[in-house]
Amino acid sequence: MSIWEYANPKKFMQTSSWALPWVSGLGVILLAVGLVWGFFFTPEDYKQGSTVKIIYLHVPSAMMAVSAWFMMLAGSLIWLIRRHHVSALAAKAAAPVGLTFTVIGLVTGAIWGQPMWGTWWAWDPRLTSFLILGLFYLGYIALWAAVEDADTAADLTSVLCIVGSVFAFLSRYAVLFWNQGLHQGASLSVDSEQHVSDIYAFPLWTCIAGFVVLFVTLVLLRTRTEIRSRRMKALMARERAGA
Amino acid sequence: MMPDLGKYADTVLSAYGAAIVLLVVLVAVTLWHGAKVKRQLAEIEGRLAKGA
Repeated sequence: MSIWEYANPKKFMQTSSWALPWVSGLGVILLAVGLVWGFFFTPEDYKQGSTVKIIYLHVPSAMMAVSAWFMMLAGSLIWLIRRHHVSALAAKAAAPVGLTFTVIGLVTGAIWGQPMWGTWWAWDPRLTSFLILGLFYLGYIALWAAVEDADTAADLTSVLCIVGSVFAFLSRYAVLFWNQGLHQGASLSVDSEQHVSDIYAFPLWTCIAGFVVLFVTLVLLRTRTEIRSRRMKALMARERAGA
Repeated sequence: MMPDLGKYADTVLSAYGAAIVLLVVLVAVTLWHGAKVKRQLAEIEGRLAKGA
């Protein structure tokens, strides 16, 4: 069996139909357990007080905002190289999900930053590249909507996705090579000198897993809708030609 | 049951509120749009099947 079998829309619809109840159920369980555990059963941090509880939303959403763009990059490259429609439609389907995660990351970061840093926003390398990534999401979605021919739209958005990957990369790794700004380094890295204590890390990893599975669920659902929408347009064109 | 969030209660609750609202809207729009397209496709397929 080859992974390219799933590039067949019919095969993708069959497999995703079978997988969706399991994936969505797992996502709900992980998110519920992670958020309840983090919000209700973790202590205050000695420096940050109860604001540490924002970590369970901010870190997973910011991680997934960047990861969603890399998933779109993979879909775009597969489209450009192998011309599989499902991969282009999956990339299109992921964009609004990634944008929402970006907005959650920005909003929760600003709310968290105000009492901790004394400001809602700073033109820090990580924050700025993350904001630009959000603007790339908007541009990507707008470009899909603006171009009528689906294949041309897929080509153009794929190129935009490759360009935007620079900012996705910077959002994740800027803290490692730009030693400036307010945002701290990679807290979850095992080899970091300072990392999150286990009492916060376990619910955090549960929330991260929940956000990953939520992303997969939403992308599967939205890709199915894109495939149906594409078929609908083809049938409507056939109907018009026959009239 | 509600934990004591101290002087940062507004901060924590507003972050959770904003994030949960955004997630619920995303899921609701995804389900609503999916159901709408599925219904429209079924209508067109039904029309074409009758016409064939």
